[in-house]
Amino acid sequence: METKRAALSLGPIYYLWDGPKWRDFYFRIADEADIDHVTLGETVCSKRQHFSEPHIADVIERLEAAGKQVTLSTLAMVTLERESRHVRDLIRDSDQRVEANDLSALGLLKGRPHSIGPLVNVYNAATARVLAARGADVICLPPELPAVSIRQMLQAMPDFAFELFAFGRMPLAISARCAHARSKGLTKDNCQFICGEDPDGLPLRTLDRQSFLVLNGVQTMSNTCVVLLNDLAALTEAGLTRVRLSPQDCDMVRVAALYRATLDGRIEGEEALRELEKAYSGIGFSNGFLHQQEGAAWVARARSATTADG
Amino acid sequence: MELICPAGTPAAFREAIEAGADAIYCGFRDETNARNFPGLNFSREELRQSTALARHRGVQTFVALNTFMRAGDEALWYSAADDAVTIGADALIIADFGLMAYVAERYPEQRLHVSVQASASNPDAIRFLVEAFGAKRVVLPRILTVQDIARLTRQIDCEVEVFAFGGLCVMAEGRCSLSSYATGKSPNMNGVCSPASHVRYREEGGALVSELGAYTINRFGPGEASGYPTLCKGRFDVGGMEGYAFEDPVSLDVIDEIDALKAAGVCALKIEGRQRGKAYVAEVVSSLKKALLASPTERTALVSRLRAMSEGQRTTSGAYDKRWR
Repeated sequence: METKRAALSLGPIYYLWDGPKWRDFYFRIADEADIDHVTLGETVCSKRQHFSEPHIADVIERLEAAGKQVTLSTLAMVTLERESRHVRDLIRDSDQRVEANDLSALGLLKGRPHSIGPLVNVYNAATARVLAARGADVICLPPELPAVSIRQMLQAMPDFAFELFAFGRMPLAISARCAHARSKGLTKDNCQFICGEDPDGLPLRTLDRQSFLVLNGVQTMSNTCVVLLNDLAALTEAGLTRVRLSPQDCDMVRVAALYRATLDGRIEGEEALRELEKAYSGIGFSNGFLHQQEGAAWVARARSATTADG
Repeated sequence: MELICPAGTPAAFREAIEAGADAIYCGFRDETNARNFPGLNFSREELRQSTALARHRGVQTFVALNTFMRAGDEALWYSAADDAVTIGADALIIADFGLMAYVAERYPEQRLHVSVQASASNPDAIRFLVEAFGAKRVVLPRILTVQDIARLTRQIDCEVEVFAFGGLCVMAEGRCSLSSYATGKSPNMNGVCSPASHVRYREEGGALVSELGAYTINRFGPGEASGYPTLCKGRFDVGGMEGYAFEDPVSLDVIDEIDALKAAGVCALKIEGRQRGKAYVAEVVSSLKKALLASPTERTALVSRLRAMSEGQRTTSGAYDKRWR
């Protein structure tokens, strides 16, 4: 089978960044990043929407003018009437394609081409086929999926666009309760947008001071950054066509360049990793989920090549 | 309201019938269900006998097939569904869309309940499940207030079941990979959370330290009651402050909300605890059954005994109360 050129995709910013920071991030992506698809919009907490909303139109315009395909992300957790209405309005009114991140969006998007985000549970081809029959044509797979499952799905649906969550802190859980606000003596309903103080998440350590998780509002993320650079070649050869980078508070233009160079075979794996450590310094890398180990684990290359092939 | 009771073994199943369950939910002895613990669950023959006994006593049997199918091994889940239908399960409790589609297509007459693991938390989500798979009932994730539930039930054409008593997920169910991040084993894929195989306790200067995988989950001083290291109920350090970052070691108890839940349109209350012994099941089921039939004033006395059986002897009404957030 001939290997297609895999596309690079930028996922939504999961953190709360203030409006200007959010806007400038995307302006720079538009102007400088070798990225094909950009998914954006508040995904984690509906209370944050007013931070990015004033800038969305400008950001979309700039990204589209730069030739990026823009997709709008829906909320991961919809419980309030206001949130339901927001998802309905977004799907009804938007000219852009939409990425579903909860079941309400799945229902409302029936019959029109749409994307499925990594927060929807797609663990097998049977589920992917159900969603494809309803109009989904891109599915970003959950970070928890091992390579053996991904390869099964690529094989079962060779013409379908699957996307791999290949860089960034992994979204691990979401709750009605805001642990981030609680850690600062507040509650979700009176949170004062305190999660904005931590644009790359608030570290949660064990009592033995081991780095473990980060809090991001109602979302809990991995402390480690998933890095699947070493696994891209084997998976694209198996039919993977899209690779997702999840924005962190680091030089994402540089990150995108390293992933692009790796996909194109212009940089060797170990060198790309060393460069990536400079672009997002002080953060541990992980790839354990892909290799059927604990998600926090890092499986070094020799082993990694074998597992990704098996 | 119906009382939906857990059974991890045929013995607990019989106890639940005797104690007054309206329906009993259980699973097969493999990774097709979210309580895939050693020594628990039912063989095909055990389920056949239990279902027959329940039917004879006018009690329904629900079979939980509520993990997500592993790609390439879907046959394991399909054959579990085939067998549950053949045995005569009154409902299948399912989380995976692929498995829902299989059951809806092959067994259109079979009652399909949406597992809490599917995380259907709003009217549009539930309409999707009704329209796409003919779902008859949805078990709501523990992220909604009683007011949210009341608003929800008015907008849907589907029965609603909620958790009322037992273990409490702090995170939206079916959307949590914390356990597999630390251990490689997750509720969604393996039917386990914070599995005992990865738990270790060690002494350290008079303190007892509990670990899950490579991570310290809690440390108990001398004389302090220790507990199982369920990840989301551990003590951690956030910004130099030590404490229960997600939730204290409490369990769910919404007996005080029974009338409000009924008024909100809830048709069934679910008790968590397929991993519990038959004595626990008998006590909880019979107390809750009496509480359901009693007046609110009588209820208080009935449940005080029950509260003593709760994990850590402390309970919460969780997300049903807005202040929990």
